[in-house]
Amino acid sequence: MSMDLFLPYLSGFSLAIGTLALVVGSLGLIRLPDVFSRIHAVGMMDTAGVGFIVLGMMIHEGFSLISVKLAAVAVFLFFTSPIATHAVAQVAHKSGFSPVATGAATSAKKVARKKPAKAKAGTKATPKAKTAGKAQTSKTVAVKKAAKKAPKKATKKSTGRKGDVL
Amino acid sequence: MFGLALAGCGLAMILALIRAAKGPTAFDRVLAVNAIGTIIILGVALHGFIMGRPEFVDISILYAVLNFIGTFAILKLFATGGLGDRGGNARITASSDRPEEG
Repeated sequence: MSMDLFLPYLSGFSLAIGTLALVVGSLGLIRLPDVFSRIHAVGMMDTAGVGFIVLGMMIHEGFSLISVKLAAVAVFLFFTSPIATHAVAQVAHKSGFSPVATGAATSAKKVARKKPAKAKAGTKATPKAKTAGKAQTSKTVAVKKAAKKAPKKATKKSTGRKGDVL
Repeated sequence: MFGLALAGCGLAMILALIRAAKGPTAFDRVLAVNAIGTIIILGVALHGFIMGRPEFVDISILYAVLNFIGTFAILKLFATGGLGDRGGNARITASSDRPEEG
């Protein structure tokens, strides 16, 4: 009996928390400096926002087909939205962006870290990947040397790539 | 309470739309459009509850699937330059070494 009295407040409270999570997540989407950090804000919207709002609607509805469908929506989003944001991060990283924390101050290190990944992708594409193991390490050393020698040129190249993606 | 939640969804959608409009890279726009799709899913369900027709949840399910597929289609287009079976290579090497169909 007292549970019936209590349930609308629980529903409203859950909806309020979910709405707060949505608004805070979209504020983070505005305020954060980078794609890779904005993904965190979107993740908050997709987990806390969707979870609490759907929970509020389910509590309001009670146990019926509608609440089962709402649970299906929540479960689907719970599994697909991390996959989607992971794909965004992967494609952004592959097309030359890197997080803002590894910024201009450590640009030489960034280049040294980015170049071997590209070389590895190249050897994976060719069928000679087995024999290229030792050559690859020497290549990474050479790339590191090159990065130390001319970090400015490499960063210039990466920014040009940035304009290319736009 | 549903009305307030829908208003919050509208505010969040406006903020995400600002990011989608002025995002410096294409990936910011993809991320913002993904977030807008999530907000639309919730908004359709909330609108159904406000109007007394909770059957709108079916449309929410449809939007969830379309949002996921659309995000992946756009990202595949960015990553490979094409939407074929083998990414961008399907367009380049279509005549030379296409696998046998059937």
